[in-house]
Amino acid sequence: MRESALLEIEGLTVRLASGAARPVLDGVSLRVAEGETVGLVGESGSGKSVTGRSVLGLMPDGAEVTGSVRVAGRDVLALPPARLREVRRREVAMVFQDPRASINPVRRIGDFVTEGLRAGGTPMRAALKAAEELLESVGIEQPRRALRRFPHEFSGGMLQRVMIAGALAGGPRLLLADEPTTALDVTTQAEVISILTRLQAERGTGMLFVTHDLDLAAAVCDRIYVMYAGRIVEEQTTDGLFAHPRHPYTAGLLAATPRLESDEPPRGVPGRPVSLAEDPEGCAFAARCRFAAPGCAAERPPLRPVDGVSVACLRAEELVHD
Amino acid sequence: MTAVALRRRRMLRRLHGGDALQTAALIVLAVIVLVAALAPWIAPHDPNGLDLSAALGGASGDHPLGTDESGRDVLSRMIYGARTGLLGPLVVVAVSTVLGAVVGVTAAWCGGWVDALLSRAMDLVFALPGLLLAIVLVAVFGPGLTAPIAAMSIAYVPYVGRLVRNVAVQEATRPYIQSYRVQGWSGWTICLRHLAPNIAPLVLAQSAMNFGYSLMDLAALSFLGFGVQPPDSDWGAMINNGASALLQGAVLPALAPGAAIVVAVVAFGIVGEGVADRVAKREA
Amino acid sequence: MALFLLKRLAGMVATLFATALAVFGSIYLAPGDPAVFLMKGRPATPETLAAIRAQYHLNDPFAVQFGKWLGGVLTGDFGRSVQFRQDVGGLIAARLPTTLWLVAYAALLILVAGLAVGAVAALRRGVADRIVLVGTGVATATPAFVAAIGLITVFSVKLHWFPAFGNGTGFGGRITHLTLPAVALALTFAGLLARVTRSSMLEALAREHVEVARSRGVPGATVVRRHVLRNSLGPISTVTGTVVAGLLVSTSIVETAFGLSGVGQLLVSSVTVKDFPVVQAVSLLVVFAFVLANLLVDLVQPLIDPRVKGAAR
Repeated sequence: MRESALLEIEGLTVRLASGAARPVLDGVSLRVAEGETVGLVGESGSGKSVTGRSVLGLMPDGAEVTGSVRVAGRDVLALPPARLREVRRREVAMVFQDPRASINPVRRIGDFVTEGLRAGGTPMRAALKAAEELLESVGIEQPRRALRRFPHEFSGGMLQRVMIAGALAGGPRLLLADEPTTALDVTTQAEVISILTRLQAERGTGMLFVTHDLDLAAAVCDRIYVMYAGRIVEEQTTDGLFAHPRHPYTAGLLAATPRLESDEPPRGVPGRPVSLAEDPEGCAFAARCRFAAPGCAAERPPLRPVDGVSVACLRAEELVHD
Repeated sequence: MTAVALRRRRMLRRLHGGDALQTAALIVLAVIVLVAALAPWIAPHDPNGLDLSAALGGASGDHPLGTDESGRDVLSRMIYGARTGLLGPLVVVAVSTVLGAVVGVTAAWCGGWVDALLSRAMDLVFALPGLLLAIVLVAVFGPGLTAPIAAMSIAYVPYVGRLVRNVAVQEATRPYIQSYRVQGWSGWTICLRHLAPNIAPLVLAQSAMNFGYSLMDLAALSFLGFGVQPPDSDWGAMINNGASALLQGAVLPALAPGAAIVVAVVAFGIVGEGVADRVAKREA
Repeated sequence: MALFLLKRLAGMVATLFATALAVFGSIYLAPGDPAVFLMKGRPATPETLAAIRAQYHLNDPFAVQFGKWLGGVLTGDFGRSVQFRQDVGGLIAARLPTTLWLVAYAALLILVAGLAVGAVAALRRGVADRIVLVGTGVATATPAFVAAIGLITVFSVKLHWFPAFGNGTGFGGRITHLTLPAVALALTFAGLLARVTRSSMLEALAREHVEVARSRGVPGATVVRRHVLRNSLGPISTVTGTVVAGLLVSTSIVETAFGLSGVGQLLVSSVTVKDFPVVQAVSLLVVFAFVLANLLVDLVQPLIDPRVKGAAR
């Protein structure tokens, strides 16, 4: 018996309306416990962002969806609109990738931070008071004045702090972070990450951290899911993943990251990701895999427990990468 | 089997999509042009043939659209009206397109104070409603098609000129144009051989729409009695004549040319938008 | 901000001056002897012609004539109408209320119908959108005088709901008499505004922050109001300004079609008899309205989009 999870995605399959050959998500299952930080890592187009958005009940237009996404036991995909809005205001909040695009440029910062609260019926004065405290806690100077300012008066890093404040406003139990630092300068990335993790720890909020950057995920997360072509291919604790990646794709990702301490040059993963227009018969990674066996292209490997971790690879037992 | 099904689906898509609309609009325009060109041969009556005994006769076999207050055949007058209706806008569009293109390219290519001057001038003309300019010119030079056409030709220059200038400024900074410059080609050669083909479709789209708008404006001026003068037939002037007959219950003399104007302008609008869409898709 | 305002005002004055010069100049250059013209066909002896020349300052050089006229305009004296033998200012003032009512009525219709129809098309894709596209396509292609004919035929001649001609008295009478003219005047521009509203709302709808707002549990109607409509106000206000300013010229068509005695009709009748002082004054008034509307739009822009600071353009 597992304890009931904060977030439990089960068998989530999402098919786009405009006839793509394969589903964007193909039987994705994923769990985040209370207060846990879980990474979701993959290349662009792997479906990690779609998975993240699905937790808020945000699906691509006209998509065909099966499976369930339960937040604290309630399936957000089956909730009536009013209840779904309630979940979005109180339970789950998202820190989006590009704060410049995600915050309405013509409305004031105070408007953005308090929007969810006010939609939930909190009076303006109380909402602004809460927003001021939140802005202070994310390190915005003169928070009271900042409430009256417009987004274009802030730098990208500062705006991402505003976004974090906005996400925390409703007191969510689960934070979704969709590549929260990708749009930022390298120098501000670390600050934003530290603010995010500090507040998350202080509030005991669970977090699903979506990124393409394995190292960043390792720095933030307790556990990591690796996605490839709409499927989870591996799930391990962060330490285990770095010590012994079990899936050739994970190993490839690790080898592709340049490292200062190593003398070896980084090696890229050869080939290119599977596009939505192609639907390979067997393992989606087989075409790029150094270890591909004849059976790999024929049979789709399920995600299965191997030595205490979950891997979707036919040869998981034989291959231990390090 | 599948080939037939496939073809049918493609035809259906064409019918539902913009293509069918485009085709229909082009056919309508072709018909109007043909009617205007063949007016003397297809008009059933003399457009100026008075017959006061038959005044305001309703639709009949002899007069499919009835007769006006002087007993002239409405259909014949409409057929001849297509001539003035198309000729005016044609001159307006031709003059304004050429002038606009020259002004726009000059502004973009010379830059600096020339650009500033020409742009300000275009802003100024843009700030004046074309209709007002036409009315003032009519006041000065008297009624007739000349003054309205001259006014509209000037009033439409900024529409084309601004468009050409903006696109040309964008294109001129593109690497390929720069590389021609570096290779020592003359400005005019580059303009003619490389800028023009890139700008032409956009200008065409704008001109098609301008054709419709100027048709409306010129018809409005004729309606006010400033444009085409009697006894020449013109759709706008026919509406003016027919308006008084409305209250006597004869609606065709005014409504028929009104419908003709709307149909023609809609058709030009659709063609213009179609070209613009295609340009947008090519750019995307 | 003050500097911006000053610059804009200077530009506005420059435009007005250029227009005044152009209008006055073209009339000065008009073929024919204005004095003969002013006699309106009465037998002219050299003495009477000379008298008229003196009365209308026709012997002065152009600059002097223009200066005198401009000086008069600045003090509210637009000269005397040849046609009515009255002060032009008084003539216009007597007709201005009808025209302003008509313009205001039409502007209201344009705003309400244009915004509503455009918003419906943007928010309800599919059939509604297609209907709106076709409808606005026809509306923008229907000139005011054609619309006038259609409206008179249906609502005056067939249904007898509204009068076809005249100004009407009192508030109720004005409204009933001005309804058909206002609709005729509004049709083209409402179609145009609907199209602009539709496309700028579609653009705003596709923005990321709209989905972000939705993802935060903000109800759909609030999202549309605060994030879609609010963000598409920029282009909408620009077009509205241009359109409403342009209405003043178009009143000449509608007032002629419906027999309303307003400024537009005054312009038309003055052109017909070459009553130049009136033509000059009305033209200047129209351009003034145009420039004023554009100034207002420019002043409103920074309020709509805080990124547009006064310095723009």
